[in-house]
Amino acid sequence: MRRRDFLASAVGALALPGAALAQADPVDPLVRALANGAPLRKGKVALVLPQLADNGNSVPIRITVDSPMTPADHVKSIHLYSERNPVPNMANFYLSPRAGRAEINSRVRLAGSQRVTAVAKLSDGSFWYAAAPIVVTLSACLDES
Amino acid sequence: MRRLALAAVALAAGVALAQERAIAPGELKSGSAFLGSDLRALQNDDFANPGMLWVERGEKLWREPAGKENLACAGCHKDTSMRGVAASYPKIDKASGKLLNLEGRINLCRTERIGAEPLRYESEDLLALTAYLARQSLGAPIAASIAGAARAHFEAGRASYHLRRGQMNLSCAHCHDAQWGKRLLSETISQGHPNAYPAYRMEWQTMGSLERRLRACLSGIRAEMLPYGSQEYLDLELYLAWRAQGLPIETPGVRR
Amino acid sequence: MAARIQIPREARRGEVIEVCILIQHPMETGYRHDDVGHLIKRNVINVLSCRYNGVEVFRADLSSGISANPYVQFYTVAEASGDLEFTWADDEGQRGSERQAIVVKG
Repeated sequence: MRRRDFLASAVGALALPGAALAQADPVDPLVRALANGAPLRKGKVALVLPQLADNGNSVPIRITVDSPMTPADHVKSIHLYSERNPVPNMANFYLSPRAGRAEINSRVRLAGSQRVTAVAKLSDGSFWYAAAPIVVTLSACLDES
Repeated sequence: MRRLALAAVALAAGVALAQERAIAPGELKSGSAFLGSDLRALQNDDFANPGMLWVERGEKLWREPAGKENLACAGCHKDTSMRGVAASYPKIDKASGKLLNLEGRINLCRTERIGAEPLRYESEDLLALTAYLARQSLGAPIAASIAGAARAHFEAGRASYHLRRGQMNLSCAHCHDAQWGKRLLSETISQGHPNAYPAYRMEWQTMGSLERRLRACLSGIRAEMLPYGSQEYLDLELYLAWRAQGLPIETPGVRR
Repeated sequence: MAARIQIPREARRGEVIEVCILIQHPMETGYRHDDVGHLIKRNVINVLSCRYNGVEVFRADLSSGISANPYVQFYTVAEASGDLEFTWADDEGQRGSERQAIVVKG
């Protein structure tokens, strides 16, 4: 890579990390593996994360799936993936029509700025996902207390 | 006449002391004012605030008989009587004349009243009891006294607060009096108040005492950390309480 | 392992209620070192489930990607008066459980 190209790409990445990630939007290979050939589409799932996290040790996360949650049509499970954590599959939640509402709130650890993906498996066997970028900042001071 | 003159001297001393305040009472801001909205919301959520796990444990311990006397804290103290107590610490113990923080007071009660071993700093039980006691003063303004025997400790604490130390050669005042509100990398420097401790710190991923927070600051400026419960920390805690006079207790705070 | 559960004390039959649990657990990642430099063994709550009058209504596989002192919130339909019982287990085989009663009317 020529220096000028490198600088251009570096500046671009600095200026628009969120937009760049959103444009590329590659599906995590682990998500593909989870779907295992079944239909996998973007939509139905809403993933809410702060754009900027003060500390990666505890980041609030909300996953909502648009589903009537009836015996005929409901969410069977929700799977959370991190792009940069040493353990990419952060959690799996198993639901039934008895949930009444397909929404989970929790707090996760994120090892640095990255894209988080939530996948929902529906009762008809289809998979739906949403992804969100997040910037995780580091502390200014060392803490060896 | 003499009494009047004394009153005038006391008043002048009060004014002088007020002028020594680097941060005027009207400008005081709790550490929670420097947090992002997420952590502030977590602190204010009585259920999700993880520090409440320690407060609940503290309540159980408070009622549990312990020691040779098989006595619970609640056996001597009526619950309602603890309201506002934490806001007056550190405080001089009348019997020994020593300055005690809340941890020291709990341990003195254990050794002298109920015949139990003192609890170790940062042990789950001491954090729980301290958090439970401080929680009883939720919203109460900090009101530690620096009169009488406390005065010398206050002066020592003030000297400690202004002492340059460590490889970075910084005093507490360099950051928390002179630079609060400014950015240090991604963080905003706070005024360094003790009103939310013991607090749940994301960095620690657990609850910690005010002294652990002081040690974290010392480690940050690459200075020597003193042992837990050392006199210098106690004096500094009294000075911090005076600096924060009027700020409401927020325990258990949630911090970065 | 202490825990706190939050559900409404009372609900109408068929109402969708919010269920929260907060468990005291370090969710040790296995990547941290102690004061003398030894690696601290991974120990996380790996499974958490909730039974409503004996029937499982929620289950989760958790990992080191979930924050220390895990917080989980979900929903369930109030069907009958009784108990919501949570059970969980960590990598060291420690188990915990906590229950909370609910009164369902209508």
